[in-house]
Amino acid sequence: MVEIKTADELNKKFLREGMWPTIFCNGCGHGVVLEYTFWALEELGLDMDKVIFASGIGCSSRLPGYINADGLHTTHGRAIAFATGIKAANPDFHVIIFTGDGDCAGIGGNHFIHAARRNIDMTVIMINNFIYGMTGGQLAPTAPLGSIATTAPYGNIEHPFDISNLACALGANYVARWGVSHPYQPIKSIKEGLEKRGFSLLEFLAPCPTAYGRRNKLGDIKKHWAWYDDNTILIEDYEKIMKYGTEEEKAQVKDKIQLGVFQDIQKPGFFESYEKLVDRLREKETKAKEGKK
Amino acid sequence: MIEVKDDWCKGCNICIDRCPVDALEESDNLNRRGVRPPKLKEENECNYCRLCELICPDLAITVIPEEDDKKPVKKTLLTPVGGKLK
Amino acid sequence: MKYKYDPKRIREVLGKKVQFLLGDMACVYGGLLAGCSFFGGYPITPASEVAEGMARRLPRVGGTYIQMEDEIGSMAAVIGAAWGGAKSMTATSGPGFSLMMENYGFAAMTETPCVIVNVQRTGPSTGQPTLGAQGDMMQVRWGTHGDFEALALAPSTVQECMDFTIEAFNLSEKYRNPACVMTDGEVGHLRERIIIPDEKDLKIIDRVTATIDKEKYIPFTNSQTRKSKVPDFATFGTGYRTYVTGLTHNEKGFPATDKQPDHERLVKRITTKITDDADKLVMVEQLNLDDADVAFVTYGATARPAESAMEMGRKNGIKVGLLRLKIVWPFPDKLVTNLAKDVDKIIVPEMNLGQMVHPVREFAENHCEVISAPKIGGEMHLPMELYKYLEGK
Repeated sequence: MVEIKTADELNKKFLREGMWPTIFCNGCGHGVVLEYTFWALEELGLDMDKVIFASGIGCSSRLPGYINADGLHTTHGRAIAFATGIKAANPDFHVIIFTGDGDCAGIGGNHFIHAARRNIDMTVIMINNFIYGMTGGQLAPTAPLGSIATTAPYGNIEHPFDISNLACALGANYVARWGVSHPYQPIKSIKEGLEKRGFSLLEFLAPCPTAYGRRNKLGDIKKHWAWYDDNTILIEDYEKIMKYGTEEEKAQVKDKIQLGVFQDIQKPGFFESYEKLVDRLREKETKAKEGKK
Repeated sequence: MIEVKDDWCKGCNICIDRCPVDALEESDNLNRRGVRPPKLKEENECNYCRLCELICPDLAITVIPEEDDKKPVKKTLLTPVGGKLK
Repeated sequence: MKYKYDPKRIREVLGKKVQFLLGDMACVYGGLLAGCSFFGGYPITPASEVAEGMARRLPRVGGTYIQMEDEIGSMAAVIGAAWGGAKSMTATSGPGFSLMMENYGFAAMTETPCVIVNVQRTGPSTGQPTLGAQGDMMQVRWGTHGDFEALALAPSTVQECMDFTIEAFNLSEKYRNPACVMTDGEVGHLRERIIIPDEKDLKIIDRVTATIDKEKYIPFTNSQTRKSKVPDFATFGTGYRTYVTGLTHNEKGFPATDKQPDHERLVKRITTKITDDADKLVMVEQLNLDDADVAFVTYGATARPAESAMEMGRKNGIKVGLLRLKIVWPFPDKLVTNLAKDVDKIIVPEMNLGQMVHPVREFAENHCEVISAPKIGGEMHLPMELYKYLEGK
């Protein structure tokens, strides 16, 4: 059921009037992720009155402000906890969280871990740009070793956080990582994540030419975007090469960031289990009452 | 045909860079921000693959296919580098 | 599964009309009677019983209980649930309350109705977890950064734990502001008789939901349908498509972080919506004040030994009265000033080194002597100790 065919029509439906253009810098990948989300929502044909967005603090967290839907722009790192409450109040809602690497993997790590563990029915779209962009380029927990940031002027010596891997380990129902430069797979993936009952994580590697690319000498916008193509590999290919490839090929792909769908399972979500619990209690009570009679 | 909302364009030129058939270029007029939004070249092989529309970070581009103008479809860069999806 | 408020079912789950009950559990009863349908909590002594009580009863009335990962998450989930359309609450004690402070401010800024039960203990830091105190009376008023108004009630009995939790929900819904029940470990772990009010005797105030045309609706301004500074509430999923942010926002809810007039307008509205009504919000108990020369000004658990001390004083011919604050914040300033004009001395017993004595001093000092009567360490004042203050020793 795709009625909308062009970006222009899409914008009219999903963008909040008067809020565009964005506050994002030139060459930033956040707008692209927003557009992919729009296409996914459009293709699913969800009722936008029942789609609720939540976000924390940071560049990515400004996204709900541009969307013509209910949005909760919360405190730093806590968006997932807020969203847990929103979903609990009305399990009919589709809750989508826009978060960044600092927001989700840094200050909000604990909330992320526990929402994934509880398998709360929500879609977390984490936009990873390896840096705290909004505050001017401080070190993020996902920054690759050796990255330069204002708070790591001599290079990052901390090991980076692989948040998708963590989500898989926690048993999230759907985990995928994508870049921003190839549209169709991410759009399909966001759709799958939204349709999934239970916790789904979509990690996007988004260029930040201003705060990350510039400091790390990744060149202009064009070169910075190309860096993501050169340094990523589809998980299927990665596995193939690691299994059957030559030593030389293995060495080539060893350090590349893997893209793709990492986990797609169907464990019961929190609210599904909660409803069952309520039913069980009700049955027990009815039986006890009948017994008394 | 492509339509560009001139004032939304921030001039990242990703569309020009990524176009699989090299059909775009900077236009001559400056927009409000002082950048030159993209336009189709006089001579172009645009096959309406819509890549520029989908990856424009500022949602500024709309591709409108022209029905009677069928061009040979060329392979695009729509799959991630390194191979195809399952 | 969506919660439906069903007073009969709630009373069925709560059981007998008259019960011998724990203070913490009375807060659970109050919450359920008020229509609370979401509880996000984290265990902490001496407030864990509230979470335990909710975990047992909420599923049976159709509500949702989630044990969150920490108090920060609890407060966040409670605010999220309020925007999702639920009446929501959490319960905690000192350290947890400190963790909640950021989101407590978020609730004030975004005008989110929600209730926090704070079964107070002492500090700093972990302090004495199993013992009661009144450690957060100032934190509830000033704990989060920036300008805001607090709504805080302090129960002295188990019955009041229930009644004040209901009242906290009513105030919170009426003013769209977080409201706190500032009980303490002593009252929280006290068992007393309570009477569950009948449906007809119970006044429940619910939020005024937005009914105006969607195009005309303005989410963060004076009410568009009645004369009030409290905006009509369009919760999520009702089609109003509200954008809610903790940033300084304009009337439409969009960030206006660099605009001084917008900030002033917003913060003045969210504070004056409560201060304008401060005189109406006064809720106190006055004992023997008509002819008093000395008065105790007190609240919560300390009101109990203070009352005994007052009785001792009266027996020994000292003209002593007692003013017990049921609503602590907003502070009943005019009442305290008037009292100070009538008496020579005000004694403020507290289970901290002197917190509420400061606002008392602010409004009484020009008219009479104000003495702090602190006791810390997890023990309540003995009536005799307070009696000594009456004799001026």
